[in-house]
Amino acid sequence: MMRQFARIPLPAATAVAAATLLAACGSGFDDDGDDAGSEATGATGGGSLTVMIGSSGEAETVAVQDAAARWAEESGTEVEVIPAQDLVQQLQQGFAGGNPPDVFYVSPDRFRMFAEAGSLYPYGDQIEDADDIYQPLRDAFTYEDELYCAPKDGGVHALVIDTEAWAAAGLTEADYPQNWDDLAAAAQALTTDGRVGLAFTGDYNPVGSFMLAGGGFFVNEEQTEVTADTPENLATLEYLKQNMDAGTFAFAPNIDAAWGGEALGSGKSAMTVEGAWIVGALQNDFPDRRWTAVPLPAGPGGQASTAFTNCWGIAADSENQTAAVELVNFLMSPEEQQTFAEAFGPIPSRSSLSDWNAETFPEKAAFAEGMENSRTQVAVPGFESVLADFNTQLEGMAAGTVTPEQALQTLQTNGEAALAQE
Amino acid sequence: MTATVTRETSADRTRPVRRRGISGHLRQERRAGWLFVAPAVIVLVVFLFAPILMAAWVSLLDWNGQSSPFSGDAEFVGLDNYRGLLLDAGLLRSDFMLSVRNTIYYVLFNVTGVVVVSFALALAVNSHVLRGRSFFRTIFYFPAITSSVAISVLFLFLFQGAGVVNVVLSWVGVDGPSWFTDPRGVLHIVFSWFGVDAAPGALADTSLGGLSLWDWFSGPSVAMCALITLTIWASSGTFMLFFLVGLQDIPVELEEATAIDGAGAWQRFRHLTLPLMRRSIVLVVTLALISSWQVFDQVFILSQGAPAKTTLTPAYISYVRSFGDGQFGVGAAVAFVLFAIIIVLTLVQRWVGRERRT
Repeated sequence: MMRQFARIPLPAATAVAAATLLAACGSGFDDDGDDAGSEATGATGGGSLTVMIGSSGEAETVAVQDAAARWAEESGTEVEVIPAQDLVQQLQQGFAGGNPPDVFYVSPDRFRMFAEAGSLYPYGDQIEDADDIYQPLRDAFTYEDELYCAPKDGGVHALVIDTEAWAAAGLTEADYPQNWDDLAAAAQALTTDGRVGLAFTGDYNPVGSFMLAGGGFFVNEEQTEVTADTPENLATLEYLKQNMDAGTFAFAPNIDAAWGGEALGSGKSAMTVEGAWIVGALQNDFPDRRWTAVPLPAGPGGQASTAFTNCWGIAADSENQTAAVELVNFLMSPEEQQTFAEAFGPIPSRSSLSDWNAETFPEKAAFAEGMENSRTQVAVPGFESVLADFNTQLEGMAAGTVTPEQALQTLQTNGEAALAQE
Repeated sequence: MTATVTRETSADRTRPVRRRGISGHLRQERRAGWLFVAPAVIVLVVFLFAPILMAAWVSLLDWNGQSSPFSGDAEFVGLDNYRGLLLDAGLLRSDFMLSVRNTIYYVLFNVTGVVVVSFALALAVNSHVLRGRSFFRTIFYFPAITSSVAISVLFLFLFQGAGVVNVVLSWVGVDGPSWFTDPRGVLHIVFSWFGVDAAPGALADTSLGGLSLWDWFSGPSVAMCALITLTIWASSGTFMLFFLVGLQDIPVELEEATAIDGAGAWQRFRHLTLPLMRRSIVLVVTLALISSWQVFDQVFILSQGAPAKTTLTPAYISYVRSFGDGQFGVGAAVAFVLFAIIIVLTLVQRWVGRERRT
């Protein structure tokens, strides 16, 4: 029997086979050729584009797919829309492998990492009517004075109020809080047995909005310095701490709610601080809750809030950049932004649509107000772990094991270490 | 069998003759052996050894995942990633040390729990007294074939502040904690019953890896206990099968003999079943140990390290540092330190559980 086998030296054959397989697997690594320069490549008509989105659900996926199909019909370029299971991870795989999707969502906190590495094609100068887009949203995607990509939507934190609880506490619309003292007083009036006045997710996002209103933030405007340990931020944390100790403010997890929306919807709190995503969540999960949203009350530093946005990133490695820019300009047009807003609820990033938005969706108006005074999330690479640690410090602050000073000092130290690694 | 025979017969011969024997028949067999294992070897090399070597290279780089790690774009930083992880005081080291502490408790309680529970289950479904044994075997194995994501989400509901677990506890007058948001270590809770609320001086002042001894001795947090319960429940079915196989290998004659000699049920278990099951126990402990150190999916779904980082694990840090912060070098370094920990602990455990000849 043995003699029938061909006499190949087996270890050698194994090695050859393994090497072949390895080469095949690794082919994606080194073939990102010279075609991926800063010049736009490819031409319109023919060719194809891949669009990868981090979809919030079926409605968003279908809306983007429909819009892409409309454009594909017009332009003759095929478009495939892929809803990612885990956008961050799948994008990383694409970049590391040298074949990223052509167009994809980019969030502000990832943007700088992509931009620094030269993974994004900066097409800011080709965006039609770019000045119409809210300034803070453009700032979020500007690196070294160059706008890289078009913010596709935007919204800020607002104060969401349970109107029935509000009326039951003897308050009227005239009492909607204008400043922090009003807010504390309202929270006190709304606090009952089993319900706190104001509850919000105990993480850096809502606390960051309070810091902005208090005249501070995690980093400076240019994101080159950590500005955590400042008297303004300390005053903000002490304001929160004071009201939490009084039992009128709470972090949602401490009252057995996963986030602010659940706290408000389930009646565990009468007010919360959330972004526009709360609208759909309340409609779906707590349809009986009557609520309204008003702009966040002004703090010692004036009226300010965190803005949330995503942009349409185009890969530097894309072979069809001209077509990709055309697609993005199509999706950024006021008509398409309106279609998206109606389909799955994002707030348009164009300021010319603010009146239309306020009229069409009065319940969402507050989430678009004050966009001019907003800041977006910190973009410094490595800040994710730093802010995650700050969340832990905030938990400790709520539990009384960490003082506001300690929380800010730790944040300052960790943040400086992350910036130093730049 | 032929190979064994050849070797035994050739053992008595003189050396040159034996060599001639190998050069003929045996060499062919060896070649055939290589051929048969070749597919497995190729798969191992391509999907295991090569990626390990690549990861080892990445752990020496400052790589942000935006280019090929082999193109030379990423800066070579030597052992800096490991230094940041183990030596330099900073967020990374303190996170890592916390995760090691959490996982030590996780492993300790999880391995103990899983061995006890799955052994008990195996004894139950092996017992001749039980009716419908195959039905129960299937039932107990069910969690093992259910997706860990589904189980995790289910446990999230069970362990909510107003969830089923706390409702049941309230029937017996226990006011349950809000499980997944309670960062207190259970040992700290126990200490506080005896009036020790803060760290005694010696424990607070001595630190290991930047974490005070008092913090090392916190015990698993309440949230971690819920995670441990989940894993024990989900994995005991699989390990029950290992024990069941072992139990069925015990000859009935031995049990009968001990019964005739007048041994009671406990004596039979202690002096007959346990010693004969030693191999199975070592196997289960080894497997449970390895999988516990790698715990990731439950943490990813349930807690993301919260509350107060008491469910942070090395595998989760590796993921967050890589994909969250874009520090793939650090992520790879974490994976290698974890690898070393597992190897060392498995060796220790093998040594403790080795066969001793009297």
